[in-house]
This record gives sequence, structure tokens and C-alpha cells, in this order.
Amino acid sequence: MSNETPIIRLVDLYKAFGEHLVLDGLNLEVPRGKLTTIIGRSGGGKSVLLKHIIGLIRPDRGQVLVDETDITQLGQRELNEIRKKFAMLFQGAALFDSLSVFDNVAFPLREKSNFNEAEINFKVLEVLEQVGLTGMEQKYPSELSGGMRKRAGLARALVLGPEIMLFDEPTTGLDPLLARTIHDLILETQHRYRFTAVMVSHEIPEIFGISDYVAMLLDGKIVEMAPPAQFVRTQNPAIQEFINGGKPECVSSESESVQEARRP
Amino acid sequence: MIIATVTHWGAITLRVVREMGRMTLFLMQTIMWLGRPPFRFRQLLKQMHFIGVKSLFVIVLTGIFTGMVLGLQGYYSLRKFGAEALLGSAVALSMIRELGPVLSALMVTGRAGSAMTAEIGLMRITEQIDALDTMAISPMQYLVAPKVLAGVLVLPLLVSIFDVIGIYGGYLVGVKLLGISSGGYTASMVSAVEWKDVYGGILKALSFGLIVTWVCTYKGYHTSMSAEGLGKATTEAVVLASVLVLIWDYFLTSVLL
Repeated sequence: MSNETPIIRLVDLYKAFGEHLVLDGLNLEVPRGKLTTIIGRSGGGKSVLLKHIIGLIRPDRGQVLVDETDITQLGQRELNEIRKKFAMLFQGAALFDSLSVFDNVAFPLREKSNFNEAEINFKVLEVLEQVGLTGMEQKYPSELSGGMRKRAGLARALVLGPEIMLFDEPTTGLDPLLARTIHDLILETQHRYRFTAVMVSHEIPEIFGISDYVAMLLDGKIVEMAPPAQFVRTQNPAIQEFINGGKPECVSSESESVQEARRP
Repeated sequence: MIIATVTHWGAITLRVVREMGRMTLFLMQTIMWLGRPPFRFRQLLKQMHFIGVKSLFVIVLTGIFTGMVLGLQGYYSLRKFGAEALLGSAVALSMIRELGPVLSALMVTGRAGSAMTAEIGLMRITEQIDALDTMAISPMQYLVAPKVLAGVLVLPLLVSIFDVIGIYGGYLVGVKLLGISSGGYTASMVSAVEWKDVYGGILKALSFGLIVTWVCTYKGYHTSMSAEGLGKATTEAVVLASVLVLIWDYFLTSVLL
């Protein structure tokens, strides 16, 4: 498929939990090969949106098109076929408690590939090195710090070379320094593996420096989506208020210079 | 007032019926996934070890004391009619038909079932179940099905051990402590116990294995997303599994007798 067509399209998506309408006619196009970050209020449905993209939650109405296939209409088997394109880094990393770091990362390979143990061993150690976890193979998730868990989760997500990576608040609960190293790691691996990334995050202004596009989720809709430099200049007062932490003023040129400096 | 009452009971009824429907679907899905490759023998063995081997100590302990107390109670009851010699048959029949399957199932619920609910529930809360899903691995097949199958396979074995130990416990009290004849104890047991009793006990064990693992995995799988919810799910699992075991035991007994 050409580079121009969006890899994921969400069309007129509705989802309610009981009385609470979370997605209210949401539309979003995710450009291929880019890092798109979705920002929005806590509890505003960002994680729900992400889970729709990979079919963990089915919408009440609307379409989720992945390479123009509507995954909301698929049976379990076909959905699993599509899911092979995906990997997801969960908020708490979602490592399997009963498995060591090595076995966690090897898990998708053992389940979904035909590699033999020697090849698996090689691949796991390679990807663990890329995320900076060399020497941690035999540790269990309970022995890892928050940052290391995220790295291990990232390694497990990367190991099958996904086309699309979903990040659910990858830096929540980390100190600013660690958050920055995780952001750098995401950027670095995205350049190496060339996946399309969709990230849900609160980290303003850091995400302006690493994202190709930023989208704002407000009241169940995407109200604005643009490259960061353009996004911060939006006239929408609700967005201005959100990205300025409650102060309705124009963004300084600082976040733009952050972006210039960080974007390779 | 009347409308409020009707609404209240209607809501409760709806909730119960919905829950029953969901549990039935859950069981059907589990059985469906059991029939589909890949077959996860490693997971199955791990679960059989967890439910079976690790429950052995509790089973032996409860088995021996149940048998001993039966021996004691049975002896004094039977002596009133001068029928102490029938102690062997009394102990063996109660163990094989009722106490073996029921008490083993209750012990397994408390020891393995609650742990199962907590494990799956925690995996739900920490999104490990979602992670399996995103890797295109069915959590039903990977997590639930091996546990249910292991329960069905292992419980009859545990019950057999429970029965044997219990009968020996009755022997210890009756023969060694209270002095009825060893041959009498064994002979009355052999003449009274039929194969039908043994099959019935095994059938009970099989179905209890299914009930316990089914209820406990279901409650874990549908935990609400909080620590409080996990505690609630575990309690509910143990209570519901125990109650269902006893109710099902009554129905099965009425059919088997």
C-alpha cells in the first residue's frame, strides 16, 4: 500500500459504558510510518480509543479500518491475523509475572514464530540490548523498577518487528529523567524498526519534541490534529488551556525549540 | 411501593439470569478452546501439579481425620445395636459416596480455586490478559482451558487418595484403638461396597472438578478493575463454588442412588 494512505482510520466511532458516552462520533486518520500522539484529559477515553484500534474493545457504532480492513466486523480468527501487525506497550508494561524477563521477551517468538531456541536466544538478547536491559535476562518482573519494566515491555513488543506500535502512557509513574530516556528509546526504536506509532500521553511539552503529529481528544472527539509546531499555535481555547496547564495564554517558542533540538 | 418492590426483584432476577448466561457461555468457550490446537501440555502439567500435587498435604490431613472421626462416631452409634462389626462398611461407604468427593472439592476450592481466581484476576487488572489478546493468543485457551481440564483430571485422583486415607483412618480408630477385629472391618467393607459406589464417587469428583475450576476461573476473568474487586471476586468464587458443589452433590446423589 502506498505511503500516502493512512494505515489506520477510525470512522465515526461511538462507545458508551453504561450511561457514560466515552467516544462520541470520533474520526481519526493515523499516517503511515509516523508517530502520532493523542493527548487529552485523564479518564477522557484515550486508553479506550487505543484499545479500539487493536480490537480489545468493540465500538457500539463506527468503523476501525486497519489497512482498509474493518476490524470491527471480523471474527476472532481474522482479528488475530490482523493483530500480527500490532504490538502494544501497556501502561504498567503488563509483563507476565510468572516468567523471567528473557521468557517474557521470548514469549511472542515461541508462540508466533518458527524460530528454533538458538535463534530465539539470539533475537531476545539483541532486542534486550537495544532497550538497555543486558544482564537482566533472568530477573523477574517483580524485581524490576518501573523504568526497567517499561523497557522489558518495549522489548517484548518489538521482538516480532511489528508494523504498528501502540503506546499507552509509556512514561506514567516515571520521574522526568526516566521519562525522557523512555521517550528517546521510543524515538530511537521507531527509527530503527520504522513502525507506525500511536501514543497516548500526558507529557506536555515533551511529546511535542518527539511526535510527528499531535491529536487532541476532547469530549469523545478528536478536535485537532496537526504537526506539533502547528498544533501549539491552534486558536482553540480549550486546547490552549490544556497545553498551558490551565493558563489560557499562547505557547512560547520554547516547545518549538525543544522540537528542533530533539528531532533527528 | 408495589412497583418499587417489583422493580427491585426484577433487577435482581435479571442480574442473576445474565450472570448465569455469561457463565454458561464462558464454559462453552472453554470447551471449544480445549478442542483447538495448539494443545498446551506444558500448561496442563503445570496446572495439574498446582491443583494436584500441591493439594496433597491438605487432602491427606483432612482425609485421615475425617476417617478417624467417622470411625469414632460410627463405633459408638453401631454399638447401640451391637453392630460394631459393620464399622468398615459404614466408614467406606460414607467416604466413597459422599465425604471423599465433597470434602476434597471443598479443600481444592479453598486451596487452589481461590489462588486461581486471584491469579487470573490480577492478570486482568494488570492488563496481562489484554497483552495476551494483543499477541493474538487466546487467554481462554492459554489461561482458562488448562486449569479447567487439570481440575477435571486431578480431582478424581485426589478423591481416590482421600478415600483410601480416610478408610485407613477409620481402621486406625476402630481396630487399633477400639479393638474391633481387623478382618471384620475389612470384610464388612468388601461386602458392602459395590463398584457402583466407586463409579458414583468418581463421577462426582469429575463434575466437582469442573464446577470448582469453572467458577473460580470465571470469577477471576471477570474481576472488576480494582484491588477491592479482586478480593470480592475471590470471596465470591470460593462461596459460589462451594455452594454449587453441595447443591450439585444433592442432585447427583438423588440420581445415582
